[in-house]
Amino acid sequence: MVQTSVLPSAAIEPSLILLDEKLPGGAYWHNVIKRGNTLRVTDLEGSQGVSLICYNADNPIERLNVADTAKIQFNAFLKKGMVIYSDMGRILFSITEDTSGYHDLICGCSNAASNAAKYGESDYNNSRNNFLKALGKRGLTRKDLMPNINLFSRVAVHPNGDLEYITGCEKPGSFVDLRAEMNVLVVISNCPHVLHPDTVYKPKPIQLTVWRSPAPAPDDLCRTANEEAIRGFINTDALFAQM
Amino acid sequence: MVATLPTELDPSTAIYDEVLPARQPWSRVIKKGQILRIIDLQANQAVDTLFYNAHDPSERYSAPDTVVRQGNIFITTGTQLISNEGNVMMTVIYDDCGKHDTLGGACSMESNSVRYGLHKKHLHACVENYLLELSKYEMNKRDLVSNVNFYMNVPVSEDGTLEIVDGISEAGKRVDLRAEMDVMVLISNCPQINNPCNAYNPTPIRLIVWDAA
Repeated sequence: MVQTSVLPSAAIEPSLILLDEKLPGGAYWHNVIKRGNTLRVTDLEGSQGVSLICYNADNPIERLNVADTAKIQFNAFLKKGMVIYSDMGRILFSITEDTSGYHDLICGCSNAASNAAKYGESDYNNSRNNFLKALGKRGLTRKDLMPNINLFSRVAVHPNGDLEYITGCEKPGSFVDLRAEMNVLVVISNCPHVLHPDTVYKPKPIQLTVWRSPAPAPDDLCRTANEEAIRGFINTDALFAQM
Repeated sequence: MVATLPTELDPSTAIYDEVLPARQPWSRVIKKGQILRIIDLQANQAVDTLFYNAHDPSERYSAPDTVVRQGNIFITTGTQLISNEGNVMMTVIYDDCGKHDTLGGACSMESNSVRYGLHKKHLHACVENYLLELSKYEMNKRDLVSNVNFYMNVPVSEDGTLEIVDGISEAGKRVDLRAEMDVMVLISNCPQINNPCNAYNPTPIRLIVWDAA
């Protein structure tokens, strides 16, 4: 079943744009998104999956925790209105807009072995190596690598636990807005999802746009979504109490 | 294949046989070929468990690699536990519970403050257990990743709804793990008192190790 709702406006007021970059298929990107700014990831041509990890940029020992992100929100799939939790009971990103609706927290990322199995022996980039390259440039190592998020990827979980990758959800123009709730170091690897069935390596380019997004209103969807989110933001805002 | 069927393993021939009290951490190197049995003594205890290559702990259990390799989110008989390097760390050679959780991860002081209330922060939690036990190996939070929760029932519905629901385990259920490399096994016998799935009551487990047949 493919989402059919009307897409929100993709337009961002040009004066608000701080960075805007196209990332080719197979490539990686890393940057710090300052608290209050938003990273928009746009699926330009129907990507085959985009892998993402993130850290507290001021103290990278605090990092993405996909298990907490799923269980605190009682959902294994990310959507608009949900947040991305760190392993310290705080919030890295709020998902303030999302026209895809299909993001995976379960399956992790591609690696050399999964690429070889799917595409044959070659030197195609994989997300694990992309992550390690970016981490290396930040002084971090494989001990800092944790289970990741996969944007624009739909994986169904059947009642017996079986995983099934669902194709047909790759919609050119889909985007997800990630508002940084602390200073976030984010690493993105634009490689196909490990379960994407295409046996030809052809990841599509994505657009990465950092923009100065509006301050959250008192009734901000993500900040008021549930009691857990409210407490998560109390924990997060305390990080900045002395600024 | 093991020469001895798991059902025939006799605790009197074990090299290690201890009860781990409720709320306590534990670790031990299980050498290649050795078998670790975890027994749920009183039903639906959550046994939060991580695995490390005993010779290089930066090689460690990977929940995503494990579920993708199996094509299934649950762990049961026949499941191979896969490392972040794609190697088989342990094989589940016997399980009479039926399934074990790979998605829920461990509780921490901080996540408990979010899940159950800010006033619940300063209670026991698995991450605290893990950190204390890992300190013996000069390891820390960098070494923590999503873990296995033996005896926990965490199904995912079609719309992604994920809940830690009532367990399917019973007193005496057991899982047998055969080490496929020298593995340091780290356990927090979950102290969670806020979750109804174990009746708000952490309980002891029994851990038995046999040498390679």
